[in-house]
Amino acid sequence: MSIFVDENTKVVYQGLTGSQGRFYGLLNREYGTQVVAGTNPKKAGTDVEGIPVYATVADAVEATGATASCIFIPAPGVKDAVIEAAEGGVKFIVAITEGVPAQDEAWFFNKLQRDFPDVQLLGPNCPGIISPGKCNIGITAGHIAKPPVEGEPSVGIVSRSGTLTYQALYELKLNDIAVSTCVGIGGDPVPGTSFIDCLKAFEADDQTDAVMMFGEIGGSAEEEAAEFISNEMSKPVVSYIAGVTAPAGKKMGHAGAIVSGGKGTAAAKMDALRAAGVHVGNNPTEASQLMVEVVNGLKK
Amino acid sequence: MDLFEYQGKQFFASFGIPVSAGDAVTTVDDAVAVADRIGYPVVVKAQVQVGGRGKAGGIKLADDADEVRTHAGNILGMDIKGHTVEILWIETASDIAEEYYASFTLDRSAKKHLGMLSAEGGVEIEAVAESNPDAIAKIWVDPVDGLTEAQALEWVAAAKLNPEATEGAVDILQKLYTAYVDGDADLVEINPLIFTPDGRVHALDAKVTLDANSVFRHPDYEQYEATQVRDERETEAFEKGLQYVGLEGSVGVIANGAGLAMSTVDIVNQVGGKPANFLDIGGGANADVMAGALEVITNDPNVRSIFINIFGGITKGEEVANGIVTAMGRVQIDVPIVVRLDGTNAEQGREILEPHLSDKLLMEPTMVAAAERVVALAKN
Repeated sequence: MSIFVDENTKVVYQGLTGSQGRFYGLLNREYGTQVVAGTNPKKAGTDVEGIPVYATVADAVEATGATASCIFIPAPGVKDAVIEAAEGGVKFIVAITEGVPAQDEAWFFNKLQRDFPDVQLLGPNCPGIISPGKCNIGITAGHIAKPPVEGEPSVGIVSRSGTLTYQALYELKLNDIAVSTCVGIGGDPVPGTSFIDCLKAFEADDQTDAVMMFGEIGGSAEEEAAEFISNEMSKPVVSYIAGVTAPAGKKMGHAGAIVSGGKGTAAAKMDALRAAGVHVGNNPTEASQLMVEVVNGLKK
Repeated sequence: MDLFEYQGKQFFASFGIPVSAGDAVTTVDDAVAVADRIGYPVVVKAQVQVGGRGKAGGIKLADDADEVRTHAGNILGMDIKGHTVEILWIETASDIAEEYYASFTLDRSAKKHLGMLSAEGGVEIEAVAESNPDAIAKIWVDPVDGLTEAQALEWVAAAKLNPEATEGAVDILQKLYTAYVDGDADLVEINPLIFTPDGRVHALDAKVTLDANSVFRHPDYEQYEATQVRDERETEAFEKGLQYVGLEGSVGVIANGAGLAMSTVDIVNQVGGKPANFLDIGGGANADVMAGALEVITNDPNVRSIFINIFGGITKGEEVANGIVTAMGRVQIDVPIVVRLDGTNAEQGREILEPHLSDKLLMEPTMVAAAERVVALAKN
């Protein structure tokens, strides 16, 4: 198995006819993802290298049976695109777009929870999700991840940062460790999918044997995840928190990555994770080495 | 984007929130002219984006033009916690019966908007939160529903404001919520929110942080970018469209992606070095972007060595390598550069860099090895 997506996931790309949507949509298809449709109200009836374009997500779902959507719409349109996807009938929405206003994020997160409780949103401002060998939705380069192998342990990855997600995938591949699913939840203030959503799914997933969690300074998502791990998780977790040495009060790239008033420091997050039994590395390489040890332990 | 008090008050006023009459000035003569126009007594307030202005002598009451002249002259140019005062806000003085506190921000854990209201305003709210947390009434507002009048009434009652202030407070809080949501703010704060002896509720200060991602809805917000407080290096990087944070050390850091950049800063520190900056070149690491990044970094005289840490996801290794080679031909660089290049097409990238390697351009296979090398070079 894998979490949230698998080889049966059929994806409609909102914004397939734009340059980004087209580039990644085709790349995802090349990886093996079932890219079944695109949407663009002005270009309904056309196609992008054989992928049919419909006016709306609802039309695409009706015609193709799409179960997930991937949003490559510019930031001003993301609020409407998320709601269109939910109303259109898909159950999993991946919003890649960065620069979405926080007020929009807070609004559509709550709107989905209330009116579409069975719809899960990933992002916005995230690299997407990949279940190696099965499905890749978003901007992750598929070849840096090793697909699961029967009889060998697989690791689930969840990360707030895009490039660190790639770093994690790559280091695990160098160490010949397979990945069940890798979820980039994004560094925005209100991510549609949280660490806990992923940890819960990994705990329930019979193909995932251990979990790698990459967090960063700011907010309290890692502390909340630590509490969940402590209470609910039986699988080993390895973690790294970016921004260990970030100065207080400076916004470090991501909207969420800021240490304010002594809250949200990496040290506090690492302490909380260690107390929950998590193996914590001081940098991505150290964390990957810790995961190698964990996986070697599982093999015995 | 952080606003100065005067900008915050103009922002509030545009949503109907009562603020004192006043104007922003940059000279003593203009300060007197504004005071003459709005009527005495007036308050002369230093405009800096840092707390504790009053204690530092940056807020003074003036009863006549001579006092305005004296205070304005003293405060202009004053240093408050490292911020030089270049702008003054002159406003009519208010009679104060009571001082309150009100704010809205996003509670990321609850994923709802958090409103905070306290009858103990005018002081640092963090201190109140520590010494007497019960003095702050909190409300969580669902972004879909918004703040209703009934909720606001209940909230004001819970904060135990003077009952006579209830009507005015409810009105201001609803307008403040509208300003926060429709104005795309990350934070709106009034401290103090005052109750006057004649029964009015009024914003005496304004702290506003706007969401830079919302400029497409508010083209007028571009004006605020120009008044953001940045150091010289940050200004230069901003103009080149780079994500840059100035730090105090001697190792220049260039990475793609905020997470990797933060990680690079971590590793440099962990192997005994001190980063001079945090520079995220984002997704497209072409020659122009790389040259711009190297320019910003080499203009910092503290930089003794440079760490370029790239993980190609969709960004391809050969493009990064070509970018580095081209940039080095274009920008005069006197300090050594250590490159770590991994991910998509990294091998092709390394092949491109190979013939250019020297004691000024070095390559290491891992983040840790590269960090150790670049830190050693910074110490030479």
